[in-house]
Amino acid sequence: MSWSRREFIQIGSVALGATSLALGGRRSLFGLDSPDVADPHTDGDRVVATLCELCFWKCGVLAHVQNGRVTKIVGNPAHPLSGGKLCPRGTGGIGLLYDPDRLKQPLIRRGDRGSQHYEAVSWEAALDHTAENLLKIKAKYGPEAVALFSHGFGGSFFKHLLNAYGSDNVGAPSYAQCRGGREVGFQLTFGAPVGSPEVLDLENCRAIALIGSHLGENMHNTQVQEFATALSRGAQLIVVDPRFSTAAGKAKHWLPIKPGTDIALLLAWIHVMLSENLYDHDYIAKYALGLEELKAHVADKTPEWAAVETGLSAGQIVDSIRLLAGARPAAMLHPGRHTAWYGDDAQRARAMAIVNALLGNYGRQGGFYLPTKLPVAKYPGVPAYATKPPPAPDKPKGVTYPFADESLAHGLRDASVPGTAAYDIKGWIVYGTNLMQALPEPKKTLAAIQHLDFLLAIDVLPAEITGFADVVLPEATYLERWDDVAVTPYKEPFVAIRQPVVPPMYGSKPGWWIARELSKRLGLETYFPWTDAGQMVEARLSAAGFDVAQVKKTGVFVAKHKPICLEEGLEPTFATPSKKIELFSQQLADAGFDPMPKYTPPEEPPEGQFRLLTGRTPTHTFGRTTNNRFLSQVYSENEVWLNARIAKERGLANGEMVSLVNQDGERAGPIRLKATQRIRPDCVFMVHGYGHESKGLHFARGRGGNDSKLMSRTKIDPLMGGTGMSVNFVRIEQVTP
Amino acid sequence: MRNPRYVMLVDTRLCVGCKACVLACKSENNVPDGYCREWIVEDIWGEFPDLRAEIRSTRCNHCSNAPCVDACPTGASHFALGGVVLVDHDACTGCKACIASCPYDARYVHPDGYVDKCTFCLHRVARGELPACVTVCPTRTLHFGDANDPHSEVSALLRSREWKVDHPETGAEPNLYFLV
Amino acid sequence: MTSPVHETVTTRLNPAIDPALHIWGWEITVYLFLGGLVAGLFILSALFELQKAKPSTSSGMRSVPLLALVLLSLGMGTLFLDLEYKAHVYRFYLAFRPSSPMSWGAWILLLVYPVGLLLWLGNLPAALQLPVLARPMAVAQRWRRPLLWLSVAMGVGLGLYTGLLLGTLSARIQWSSTVLGPLFLTSGISTGAALLLLLPLHADERKTLIRWDLVAIATELLLLALLLIGYASGSSAARMAGAVFMGGAWTASFWSLVVVVGLCVPLAMGLLEVRKHLPLIALTPVLVLIGGLSLRAILLASGQETGFRLLP
Repeated sequence: MSWSRREFIQIGSVALGATSLALGGRRSLFGLDSPDVADPHTDGDRVVATLCELCFWKCGVLAHVQNGRVTKIVGNPAHPLSGGKLCPRGTGGIGLLYDPDRLKQPLIRRGDRGSQHYEAVSWEAALDHTAENLLKIKAKYGPEAVALFSHGFGGSFFKHLLNAYGSDNVGAPSYAQCRGGREVGFQLTFGAPVGSPEVLDLENCRAIALIGSHLGENMHNTQVQEFATALSRGAQLIVVDPRFSTAAGKAKHWLPIKPGTDIALLLAWIHVMLSENLYDHDYIAKYALGLEELKAHVADKTPEWAAVETGLSAGQIVDSIRLLAGARPAAMLHPGRHTAWYGDDAQRARAMAIVNALLGNYGRQGGFYLPTKLPVAKYPGVPAYATKPPPAPDKPKGVTYPFADESLAHGLRDASVPGTAAYDIKGWIVYGTNLMQALPEPKKTLAAIQHLDFLLAIDVLPAEITGFADVVLPEATYLERWDDVAVTPYKEPFVAIRQPVVPPMYGSKPGWWIARELSKRLGLETYFPWTDAGQMVEARLSAAGFDVAQVKKTGVFVAKHKPICLEEGLEPTFATPSKKIELFSQQLADAGFDPMPKYTPPEEPPEGQFRLLTGRTPTHTFGRTTNNRFLSQVYSENEVWLNARIAKERGLANGEMVSLVNQDGERAGPIRLKATQRIRPDCVFMVHGYGHESKGLHFARGRGGNDSKLMSRTKIDPLMGGTGMSVNFVRIEQVTP
Repeated sequence: MRNPRYVMLVDTRLCVGCKACVLACKSENNVPDGYCREWIVEDIWGEFPDLRAEIRSTRCNHCSNAPCVDACPTGASHFALGGVVLVDHDACTGCKACIASCPYDARYVHPDGYVDKCTFCLHRVARGELPACVTVCPTRTLHFGDANDPHSEVSALLRSREWKVDHPETGAEPNLYFLV
Repeated sequence: MTSPVHETVTTRLNPAIDPALHIWGWEITVYLFLGGLVAGLFILSALFELQKAKPSTSSGMRSVPLLALVLLSLGMGTLFLDLEYKAHVYRFYLAFRPSSPMSWGAWILLLVYPVGLLLWLGNLPAALQLPVLARPMAVAQRWRRPLLWLSVAMGVGLGLYTGLLLGTLSARIQWSSTVLGPLFLTSGISTGAALLLLLPLHADERKTLIRWDLVAIATELLLLALLLIGYASGSSAARMAGAVFMGGAWTASFWSLVVVVGLCVPLAMGLLEVRKHLPLIALTPVLVLIGGLSLRAILLASGQETGFRLLP
């Protein structure tokens, strides 16, 4: 590959003489010795450039194929998001492709929902049965009674199908259960969400503050690369986390904050920035509104006040913000990603946005860049959708979340209980998201399913949700299919494609094929004019004027760099009502909310209980990869972290198996206890995505504990409906051997 | 021609312990399930909240004074290009003296019977590429090169940065350096 | 330098390496035991004859070289069983690696066979003195004295080697002691004497051997004490290595089997037998053999776990 030359090391002539030189120094008796440099021969006879799908970042990879078998997956140096480097999951695609537990043929349910009693049927039969049910629902309740739950790039074809069918009820848990609060907080302040990839120029940043964001355990490739680059250039790091995270281990200041008190800290930081004149006067004067209101709002939010609330010292609070502000504008308070914590998440994001505004970093180098994107039309020649569906019934009757800008996945779930929302949802299409773990309050999910007329699951693995479906369709993995054209807003404008590396295994089929076959049976085939997604990709690329052969060869096309920040000559604009950064939000005031973030003290854990916090491990993407035997070689089960002193006081030993029981009597485990100095005494931590129960997940089943089960309570964000989930308390029970 | 001395540098300031290196090594070298040639160590010192952490990616140290090469009765463990310590699978009897002699416990018995370990991906190095772990590392924690070449990146880093090696008291003269 | 509270986590979980190194089992224990025993047999029988200046006429002594070769073959058999790549066993003899005690051992073992055979031929029981063996017997008898000296040297080499094999593996902190060679040699002599005492010998041979065994046992106790003192007075690594015998996991078995059963009781019984001119009790040599086997088994099992990873 010519593009990997930049990775070559300068040993040229030495390397060429390598073998002879090395052999020269050594006897080779009777020719019995193997060659000195034994090659494991894992290079492919074919190398296909495609996009990873072990998470949703869509890094460019090169898949090596030898005699039809994928031997290894490496980073694609030409792809801007990977730059030839991968997180651990990227390499682990082979563990997904060759997972023996994959769904291998279409299934139709023959027992009760959840009994996991299925009959293997032909694609013909499964598709006919599905289409028949979808048509029935359409006729009886209207098309909007079908909702799609989707996570992953391949979901776009099913969204297209659903839109053509007449419903726009598409819910992704990645909104209300994850990024939503953050997006709304930043939208309200700067007029734009943070997006994915987050528009953060981390590599040029000289001081970074993280609040509950554990970069390094959360392995979004580009972001971690830039984070490390910043650290290697000497950037200062401040980490606010109840847990001594990986990032905290690299920080100048670790602030082990009491969970739920982040807004108090943020208000105190704003107080210090304003009272010590640490903010960017010119920037605020030029771009922002509401400074005086803000000053009044935080006048009494002193570090001493916050110290009491947060359990930190006033000195730490002052020192950390001075350090951060000292590096502005190349200083950043990272907006985080999973932010559905306490139900005031959009307001917390607002406070974080305000700190960033005061740092003057929005639209600046080392701050938030203004991304560029190539114009690629959707599906050329495909007719517009015939109907305009009614708004989603994703809120309970009489409730509005005025700032929600995507459908709430849990709201669509709850609308399946008849009479509770604007209209009832009667059919689900679940694509690539295991709702039993992806949504909190799994009992509500179970109850909702019982009211459905029809549930279709499309997945690669028999995740728990497939056990409740009426029809299960086995999709080909990302290494076996085309997907849509990836047009990603980023620092560099580029397009990239996912293309099949090997043909689909077993009876699995690519998503496009499944969606198209359903469209035929639903009378919607005009929306799917191409027989396979490869043709669609070619049509989209050609229509946008790209060299299709070149994109297929390298997997990516990167266009000329365009300015993305003030330093490059791009004046930032703000799509707020005032066209300015809104430190004071009139929008919020008009809707009856606090125009500036207010702090509410969190509920204290009951005696003997701990607040449950969750997070990620670098090797896994939620429960999606926990059955991946290749990845699990380095992390096979989650542990529950408990402060070592508390563990000792309670006679709990590091490594022993325990059960977790929450305030509602919900249990998880057995799970291994990690007694550690790395966490506050008032909370416990576990990695999300374990404790599978599906019989089909032969590897993951019974490993570790399921945090979703313990989230039987949520606190809803009144601004946008996000489900705050760090509001559950657990006690720890010893498992008697 | 000057003899190279291949070394690897691990920047503990940058390593997040993500294990990308471990897995890239496994797929590059077809390491059997349940075995690894490199691994991550996380050390935490202190008591809450006064803590210090060090995370490092580690592997065979390719010692210049390798105890495994001394202990090997057949010459299977030997120095190859650039001082890289290799095991010739065909000469290995699986006596395990090398395993017992290794201060880093970096070796294991391959299910096929021979002793196996990190090769610094010499097959890649010989064609001008970097070891798989170095190539994949998203934090650019790992550096590889010739310490005998004063102009190499690794030489420059060893001059400019503070470093340590694991268990220098063994006298094995390891070639895996940890930048601190 | 560092705070005493330390948490460490590693992702490595290689079979037989983690969580604790366990690469050698009963096969190597038996091999080391038999190797030492055979060394003892060669040294003692040769010294005996050199002292008396004439070959022994007891059937026990006459069968020693052959018995030694049989036992050695057994030991090599278990060594072979331990090899992970048995088909490559021939590679031991395609190389001589001076830095590797195992390579030395492989070649010494080859030398033992002709020497043992010639020693046996030189003093065959009358029933086996067949005409066809006349010539080899004549050769063996002509070279008898040099062969006896060679036998002593070879025995010392073999006995030391079984200890050095472990002692040179400096990554195993517990084994990394210069005492291990002499200790295994002495233990080999002692177990060799014990085995001889179980054979049909003349009364005077028996008497001498009991005394020699007592000297060997006493020396072995001394060497064990040196080993333990070495641990206790050494670096933190050595103290960690020795701790397994002084309060650690192997304390009970080490002190009961090796020290009391294998050394102290036989020493006391032997002294009693010599002082009071009591008839030999067969139990004493059996205890010595048990002690010798236990010494190897315990050092092998506990020592492999004492790696540098246990150090901060």
